[in-house]
Amino acid sequence: MSDERQHWPLFEVFIRARAGLEHKHVGSLHAVDAKMALEHARDVYTRRMEGVSLWVVRSADITASDPDDADAFFEPAKDKIYRHPTFYEIPDEVKNI
Amino acid sequence: MSRASVVPVSVEFGQSERFRYILRLADTSLILGQRLGEWVGHAPALEEDLGVANISLDLIGQARMLLSYAGEIEAAGRDEDQLAYLRDQNDFCNLALVEQPNGDFGCTIVRQVLIDAWQLELLSWFDASTDRRLREIAAKAVKETRYHLRYSSGWLVRLGDGTEESHTRVQASLNDLWKFTTELFTPDEIDTLAENAGVAPNLNELRGSWLHRIDEILNEATLTRPDDVPYVWFGKCGEHTEHLGHILSDMQYLQRTYPGVTW
Repeated sequence: MSDERQHWPLFEVFIRARAGLEHKHVGSLHAVDAKMALEHARDVYTRRMEGVSLWVVRSADITASDPDDADAFFEPAKDKIYRHPTFYEIPDEVKNI
Repeated sequence: MSRASVVPVSVEFGQSERFRYILRLADTSLILGQRLGEWVGHAPALEEDLGVANISLDLIGQARMLLSYAGEIEAAGRDEDQLAYLRDQNDFCNLALVEQPNGDFGCTIVRQVLIDAWQLELLSWFDASTDRRLREIAAKAVKETRYHLRYSSGWLVRLGDGTEESHTRVQASLNDLWKFTTELFTPDEIDTLAENAGVAPNLNELRGSWLHRIDEILNEATLTRPDDVPYVWFGKCGEHTEHLGHILSDMQYLQRTYPGVTW
């Protein structure tokens, strides 16, 4: 773990802006462990009242899709416009959709 | 003018005593905020840079509220800026602990833990103070201070219970700074009058709860509490170490050079 002592591991930060909203990815930071990452996230990403709840997760724990798989993963959805709920009228009162 | 009128022996907590008492709290927050600001751009990591800067800004915010209140009590037309920028060293009445140099990051953390725990006990007590303005200021500040102690004590545990090098360094800083904690709990006349007026706590009782908190943190950090030093630095009475003048020359430079300048 000597490399970790030299270079703190990377964490991804997610913030819930208001009660009822989902946590959104806002960026990343370095910390030695999850506890410190949470405090760093508070200090770095919530200075201007950006949120009411924080998640941090080690970047290494995220499994990401391979860009080379993009064709197989995402292309097939392109021509299936009927999957979009764009044919419904959304009342003005409904927010956050 | 007789000497008695120059140095009045007060028997009650009047306007000038209240002014002095509030000014002590204000100066302690102000000087510590200024000290922590020296880390901006120099902290061990970008994240710590922001962490320390946040604490510094909280403290300067507290100082502004307290200085404004002190200025109102004094009723001599001095506002927060004049009190911060146009007083000389001997008129500052911060605790000597907070003017001590930052040293390495561990030294800054040790100083911060000692003062955060003191502030947390004090601000919590102010909820029962007879001084309404002090109650209001403390109600806001205590939430900030709770986070400051979480931050500083977290670091002290990491460094104390970290490598041999980090343990040795923070223990040395603790040994060095401990002598300045005697002042925190040694009342002078103003402290006693403030206590009798129900404005401030009994410092001996405050010391008990402070020590309990500190011992818990030191225990977790595998650090040893140094022996108490009977000599007291009375920074709160204007008796400072050689370090305060240097901070003030930095902090006051602009207003001293360009009086009244604004942006």
